[in-house]
Amino acid sequence: MEHLLKVADLSRALVEQICDNAARFEDIAKQEVKKVPALRGRTVLTLFYEASTRTRSSFELAAKRLSADVVSFAMSGSSVEKGESFKDTVLTLVAHDPDAIVVRAPYAGSADLVKKWSQAAIVNAGDGKHEHPTQALLDIYTLRQRVGSLEGRTIFIVGDIAHSRVARSNIAAFQMMGANVVVCGPPTLIPAEVEQLGCTVRYELDPRELAAADVIYVLRLQRERMDAKLIPTLREYARYYQITSKRLSPGQLVMHPGPVNRGIEIAGDVVDSPQAAIATQVRAGIVVRMAVLYELLAGRSSLQTTEEKGVFA
Amino acid sequence: MSNAKLHSVWRGGKAANLLIRNVRVIDPSQKLDQLRDVLIRKGKIEELAAPNTIDSTDLDVDVIEGEGLHLFPGFVDPHVHLRTPGQEHKENIVTGTQAAAKGGYVSLVAMPNTSPAIDNATVLAALYEQSRKEAVIPLSFSAAVTVGQLGEQLTEMAELADRGVACFTDDGRPIVHAGILRKALQYQRIAGGLVIALHEEDPSLSAGGAMHEGIVSTELGIAGIPGISESTMILRDIAIAGNEQGRIHIQHLSSADSVRAIADGKAQKVHVTAEVSPHHLALTETAVKTMNTSMKMNPPLRTETDRQALIEGLKTNVIDCIATDHAPHAADEKAVPFEQAPMGTTGLESAFAVLYTEFVKPGIFSLPFLVKKMSSSAARVVDLPEPLCVPNHLADCVLIDLKKEWTIGRCGYQSRSSNCCFDGRSVYGEALLTIARGVIVYQEGQQ
Repeated sequence: MEHLLKVADLSRALVEQICDNAARFEDIAKQEVKKVPALRGRTVLTLFYEASTRTRSSFELAAKRLSADVVSFAMSGSSVEKGESFKDTVLTLVAHDPDAIVVRAPYAGSADLVKKWSQAAIVNAGDGKHEHPTQALLDIYTLRQRVGSLEGRTIFIVGDIAHSRVARSNIAAFQMMGANVVVCGPPTLIPAEVEQLGCTVRYELDPRELAAADVIYVLRLQRERMDAKLIPTLREYARYYQITSKRLSPGQLVMHPGPVNRGIEIAGDVVDSPQAAIATQVRAGIVVRMAVLYELLAGRSSLQTTEEKGVFA
Repeated sequence: MSNAKLHSVWRGGKAANLLIRNVRVIDPSQKLDQLRDVLIRKGKIEELAAPNTIDSTDLDVDVIEGEGLHLFPGFVDPHVHLRTPGQEHKENIVTGTQAAAKGGYVSLVAMPNTSPAIDNATVLAALYEQSRKEAVIPLSFSAAVTVGQLGEQLTEMAELADRGVACFTDDGRPIVHAGILRKALQYQRIAGGLVIALHEEDPSLSAGGAMHEGIVSTELGIAGIPGISESTMILRDIAIAGNEQGRIHIQHLSSADSVRAIADGKAQKVHVTAEVSPHHLALTETAVKTMNTSMKMNPPLRTETDRQALIEGLKTNVIDCIATDHAPHAADEKAVPFEQAPMGTTGLESAFAVLYTEFVKPGIFSLPFLVKKMSSSAARVVDLPEPLCVPNHLADCVLIDLKKEWTIGRCGYQSRSSNCCFDGRSVYGEALLTIARGVIVYQEGQQ
């Protein structure tokens, strides 16, 4: 694997391999010195054009635990405030010869552009509403731990599908691992022709159908959706789509990519219940991202000179 | 029907003296499709004679062997963006008209969404003066319907008509308020009856969209523009035009529903004409999957069903003509994430070759049909003089080698910008010589 821009860059076998490696990296967290030298001397650059503490620190910690040198580029106090274009920002950072660039930006295709402008291994940490492949990987890893194989399982993804890169990546990833995916949300938040992606579409949370699900994956509802008049009120959304303990059946797993809006898409007591795997997901994030960086960089030679790489070609 | 006041300006040039021997002349308006010797003297077509019968010895003309080549009436584009004044980093009068000449065009209508907009006689006069020195081929201008194209107040349409604009349009933007369009169509009666060309888009439906709303936009997580954004406005505007007995022209069609609306409007005898671009005829939303910003245009590339309806609409004359909507943007402006990129593709240099390769070669429509749709039919929607290959007329024609295979953009572009959606495509049909009003405005190998 040269880059991880979208779920389609993976295969079922590669997903299993990444999860196997992630499991091995779990042991490192239990050590006193939480490091392995796998990526010593390599440089991982994080380029986050969107505010993000969770994902960014997850990647940075993952890179550091692999002994890589980490450089972070954040929006505020940067050249972007001086009007520098995305392309020029990327080219400036590329001149530092990073081995890998982890990029998050508010526009679809941002990671593809960084790949075009650099020679580094690129990890898409979220490009607009398009994809968030490492989220899908950590979700699959979490499911592997809590549920086992996904073959034949039914997973409900509930919420604002239209604006969710997590939903897009997971619709592809869960099906890749053999699960049936049902997307459910208000009609105004379900994108056109989404059933062509292989999932079933529901506009209502039918109690019987919901009861038959193995996993309920809850998406965050952003206030902006109400401001954009896509739904009448958060109150109506919560009434018809909130995952409450009443709607939950025993044995079902509840997941959420975070951050949660307690009382909107998910009830507070569900967040705190043992059926919720949210904390597991966060912990999984670090080891899965370690496995991704390892997969991208551990096999690559770092002996090529700048001229050979043709950075400004 | 010709607009007597219509003002075309250009820098002119030396009248051609030329004999094109044994060339296949296709002029659909004359139902002509024959091998001919074409003698042009002092810029006028003196004679169209039987092939190889004209003796050039005492004639003082350059001789071109036309064997295997084709001669058509020159193309006319009623919809191009020359970005002057104010956005000359994208295109200017020289580069835009040079690009047109290279593509076989002999006449253009420039859109008014410039900075400032062409919404008053002063800006227009300045453009005429500039074009008299710089335009390589005859150039006319459209004027805005509303001041600043803001959709609120009519421009001085009567004066602008007197000053020779070809038509009125707020292109770039729709005329959102039905009431404003209605007034414009009433006022049209004292503004030379000049056609009002309409960019059809409902901002409340297209809001934030960057491509067609469908499976590809769903896959990419990019907001989409549904086909109804265009068709609902067309239905509305045809109804208003019918009510006022006014004359409208619908620009850059993209959807099947729009074609149907225009067919119904014509059946109701409303004065409505329509155009379609080469990119909407040749491409669909699939072209956007890679998020190549050259594929981002407004209206967007839609589905195969829409594309087939556009082809059928052109074939049945529901759609009157081809218009490129040549929309240059600087490389830096397009080298950004898809959602941020400006919309538009250039098209003057590639139009004929793409349409010939994709539609005439596979037999979807005939060569005379394509020539007509790019020449006389296009001139007719804005009452421009129709280019003719007829004796005693100034030569307005293009000599093309249909067998010449070339790659679009491989040798660069005459246009200042290179955002061509057909860049890299292998096509047939290259213009060797373009003559506008008797002057050689483009000759291959002589730039």
